[in-house]
Amino acid sequence: MPTIVTDVVCPYCGCLCDDLEVVIEDNKIVETRCDCELGAGRFLDLDIPTRIRKSRIRMDGGFKEAAVDEAIQRAAEILARARRPLIYGWSSTECDAVRVGIELAEETGAIIDNTTSICHGPTILALQDVGISTCTLGEIKNRADLVIYWGCNPMQAHPRHLSRYTFFPKGFFREKGQDERTLVVIDVRKTDTAKLAKYFLQVKPNYDYELLSAFRLAIKGYKVPDSVGGIPREKIEEIAKIMKESRFIAIFFGVGVTMSGAKNRNIDNVLSFTRDLHRFTKCVIMPMRGHYNVTGFNEVLTWETGFPYAVDFSRGCPKYNPGETSVIDVLLREEVDVALVIASDPIAHFPKEVTKRLMNVPIVAINAYESLTTEVASVVIPAAIAGIEVDGTAYRMDHVPIRLRKILEPPEGILPDREILSRILENVRRLKGR
Amino acid sequence: MKKLGIRDREMLEKLKVILITGRTISQGTARDGKKILKEYVESAAICELDPEDLEKSRIKEGDTVRIKTGYGTVTVRAVISTQAPHSGIVFIPLGPWANEVIGLDTDGIGMPSFKSISAEIEAAPDEEILDALALIKRR
Repeated sequence: MPTIVTDVVCPYCGCLCDDLEVVIEDNKIVETRCDCELGAGRFLDLDIPTRIRKSRIRMDGGFKEAAVDEAIQRAAEILARARRPLIYGWSSTECDAVRVGIELAEETGAIIDNTTSICHGPTILALQDVGISTCTLGEIKNRADLVIYWGCNPMQAHPRHLSRYTFFPKGFFREKGQDERTLVVIDVRKTDTAKLAKYFLQVKPNYDYELLSAFRLAIKGYKVPDSVGGIPREKIEEIAKIMKESRFIAIFFGVGVTMSGAKNRNIDNVLSFTRDLHRFTKCVIMPMRGHYNVTGFNEVLTWETGFPYAVDFSRGCPKYNPGETSVIDVLLREEVDVALVIASDPIAHFPKEVTKRLMNVPIVAINAYESLTTEVASVVIPAAIAGIEVDGTAYRMDHVPIRLRKILEPPEGILPDREILSRILENVRRLKGR
Repeated sequence: MKKLGIRDREMLEKLKVILITGRTISQGTARDGKKILKEYVESAAICELDPEDLEKSRIKEGDTVRIKTGYGTVTVRAVISTQAPHSGIVFIPLGPWANEVIGLDTDGIGMPSFKSISAEIEAAPDEEILDALALIKRR
């Protein structure tokens, strides 16, 4: 007899939709009811052949299957004798695992970082410089009449963002939904999101900073150059006028702005632009965070150490200096001698030269599925999947914490991330005589 | 037919473009546990080209193409972009193929340049598109 579980939270992207229905039969998910291919895949692919079922340890060039306790002990030995360990990943697991991970980083004097370093790191640097005017997605749904997406393509990366939170839904003060909202998209390609927009500005690559500056001039009534980043003056002035006449503007920006051109200075400019708009109307801004709990890692690390990512514990106290203590830089400088990678696949997602450095050191990989990182790791420990097989907390992109539910039992003998990390920590302490 | 000048012929052989990388739905669904499977090659070892750019080059949809930047070279399959127009820009989904050619400099803030990199693209019919494992083992 199938059971239908309602209000399931989707552990995939930063939208963290909490309205899914999942049909379970004999401890197996047979159907998901949601309008998102990305989310559905996470629930339906649990039993694919590349799910890791047994721990393994690399020996004499090959892998040897190991009991989970043996693999945990081996991982602890590797970490306990490391001089400059790196603990990386985190964006696809829940907050309790992160909490234990930070304790492990402190105990081993490690550098701890997550995928923020290669997505919205520049955003965090900019908001520490400028400050941010933001709010929850619920407020945007209820109030926003002008929605702007800049350098992001939610129709491919956050498929339900527009339909659930921003453009399409009816809100308390926006009873007619999309009929009461205007959608503006600024991007270098005419993306699926851009195709939905009333106004699409196709900016040249690396001209975001200039275009933002032009908007800041235009709203204040200063003269704008004839063309900025390929956008004619009339268009800039037209959009500036629409902005000033709106009641509530919501700006969303993606890694199109953080990864190119002036990087964090682009974000300085867009945050300052948001502030400028408050002379005329209400304006909020939010980064489009990718993984479902990338924000949660930033939250937990901030309340534990004072810093949101790229924290170095080598001096016994937290030190934060992205560019120096961030994952790409410590790897490029070849400082790292051991890496623990959890809920992430850096070998697939770091630049080639950086992966070469990472492949030169022993890697302890904790992951649910085979990945390029588990392929090159020295110790592989399978993990249960948070939000499906383990409960926990995750933070949505607007920093709202949402409780993840356990709806299924994990495969036999497979532990949650937090349990694996707790046991590694315990063994490290024992080895260090603490 | 219009007679081709030297510059036109160079254009036909090697298309000078700006490379960007990013997420797609199919790259996203091939993420969990499928990176060592063929599905990942099909969704991430591709390069999306603007239809107009394709027309003015010798590259046809489905061709094997070589992309070269100041950081490296990678061989992928050319596809017509669904997010067009974006003349002069090519797009490779996030993944190990894109990472062969993206920028390494973190500009003092820890962020490598995954987007907006100058690149050249040309047909490479004799080259093989490596799967993800072969690609990282070559490194």
